[in-house]
Amino acid sequence: MRINFMELNILTLCYLIASVTFILGLKMLSNPATARKGNLMAAAGMTIAIFGTIFLYRDQEGNKLHNYIWIFGGILIGAVVGTLAAKKVKMTAMPEMVSLFNGMGGACAALISAAEFYHIYKAHEGAGTTAFSDLVPVGYYITIVAGAIIGTISYTGSIIAWGKLNGRVKDFSFRGQHIVNMIVLALVIVFSVVAYQSNIGSIFIPFMLIGLFAFVYGILFVMPIGGADMPVVISLLNSFTGVAAACGGFLYDNKAMLTGGILVGAAGTLLTILMCKAMNRSLANVLIGSFGGGAKAGPAGAKQQGAYKEISLSDTAVVMSYAHKVFIVPGYGLAVAQAQHACHELEKILESKGVEVKYAIHPVAGRMPGHMNVLLAEADVPYEKLLEMEQANEEFPTTDVVLILGANDVVNPAAKNDPSSPIFGMPILDVELAKNVIVNKRSMKPGYAGIENDLFFQPKTSMLFGDAKKVLQDLISEIKNL
Amino acid sequence: MESILNWITINQQIIYIVILMIFVGIEVIGRVPSVLHTPLMSGANAIHGVVIIGAIIVMGKAESDNYFALILGFLAVILGTLNVVGGFVVTDRMLEMFKKKKK
Repeated sequence: MRINFMELNILTLCYLIASVTFILGLKMLSNPATARKGNLMAAAGMTIAIFGTIFLYRDQEGNKLHNYIWIFGGILIGAVVGTLAAKKVKMTAMPEMVSLFNGMGGACAALISAAEFYHIYKAHEGAGTTAFSDLVPVGYYITIVAGAIIGTISYTGSIIAWGKLNGRVKDFSFRGQHIVNMIVLALVIVFSVVAYQSNIGSIFIPFMLIGLFAFVYGILFVMPIGGADMPVVISLLNSFTGVAAACGGFLYDNKAMLTGGILVGAAGTLLTILMCKAMNRSLANVLIGSFGGGAKAGPAGAKQQGAYKEISLSDTAVVMSYAHKVFIVPGYGLAVAQAQHACHELEKILESKGVEVKYAIHPVAGRMPGHMNVLLAEADVPYEKLLEMEQANEEFPTTDVVLILGANDVVNPAAKNDPSSPIFGMPILDVELAKNVIVNKRSMKPGYAGIENDLFFQPKTSMLFGDAKKVLQDLISEIKNL
Repeated sequence: MESILNWITINQQIIYIVILMIFVGIEVIGRVPSVLHTPLMSGANAIHGVVIIGAIIVMGKAESDNYFALILGFLAVILGTLNVVGGFVVTDRMLEMFKKKKK
């Protein structure tokens, strides 16, 4: 068959353009001024690569792709469902959504490996007693199996992370879980080797077992990890999927998949490490899934439930209106209550009374790094008012009132002075340095990490119970009436 | 030993790409402010949706009577598209808000 080289050259160009847009896109995404353009640029590159593949791709024998109806059908379904899901989802549920889409990518990579494996199997079906290792070079086999394993782990892990974030899946751990995890992972590798040595006729069972154990490992891997670690886990799974995609690029010698996948794998790993650093924990520690693991769940649990004092709305209104400087510390409670607009409202009315209002954003506040920034940006809170942890900590000693809105672990002094606490060593916002601390929570229940917070029992601290949005709205009308 | 060296020689282009891309990936997001962590993660999530290309190739190569391969490929195409389209739309929605506030 005659191959039209012109078309192949154009396809190469498409992939080149796509790779460059991915790099530039990521670069632009890391600057607030260009972020949106960067995202659109990467999307444009992706579109070029996808349509280039559909219309111009040729396999080694020079055959064009077929099954166009299936391809377009799949793309149409995926595009419609994806757009609707992404448009409909509430800002507060964004982290879950990212996790879910990540899982889809992982599953896609795993299916590609499975299909490629099946393809090889089909081609050599007759040769029943030939060892698989005689048919497929080891490098090629490793790529297929790695894609299947990493993709599957990424898929089940992301689904569990998604379920945890929206409360459908509860934390679950048992004694010796680390050992079980290691055994399952070892089984994945053992069966990968066994499958490679097997005859072509009997290879299906070991291959299925690889998939099964990878599936189970993904679940076990995320299951015991508590909420405070979920951002790290999602970021890690994100880079896993990147590597799985790169395996696909290796299989098809496709440079766009390779660059895109490795790029995300590397960037995602760096992001994961940065997040671990913010919590003063090692990546290995997170990987083995030790946080909140059964071993030392309860030392801080039942001790010293001291007395706390409540504050009324009108007192809060007075204290805040006559302050010089107020810091707002948002947490997941703000996100759940959808209170970002009310929060901005409060900030405006306080400013009109001459109070300086700023926000202190802990790197892992909410369910994802930057979660709070996104929410507050939605409510039009100016960029300059959002201070990162280090800056905020410098300003707390000169602050009159700190209003904590549904944040807990990120202001827990146990991280500094209780070595037995699971969050010991995590840098926190030193809100105790301020003159007054007002904590808005729905009840005295501990935060997501499940530990008691001494801050609530300190003499400086007053509790203001209620749903964040409701409380803020009432507070605003109180301040207006002063 | 020799086969490993052979493998490296045959695939040297790919190995170069992998190594360089690791550094590019680290370098490119090295100075990201924490404000943009979530959108960046989401954007990166959309980019690894390039797996869709592999899915399209699998789908397009499957023989029309091989239903197992067809179904695998079809599912892969749907999932990959979800990853790409959903990822980019979600990221755009997040960044839309930054834009508005910039003025």
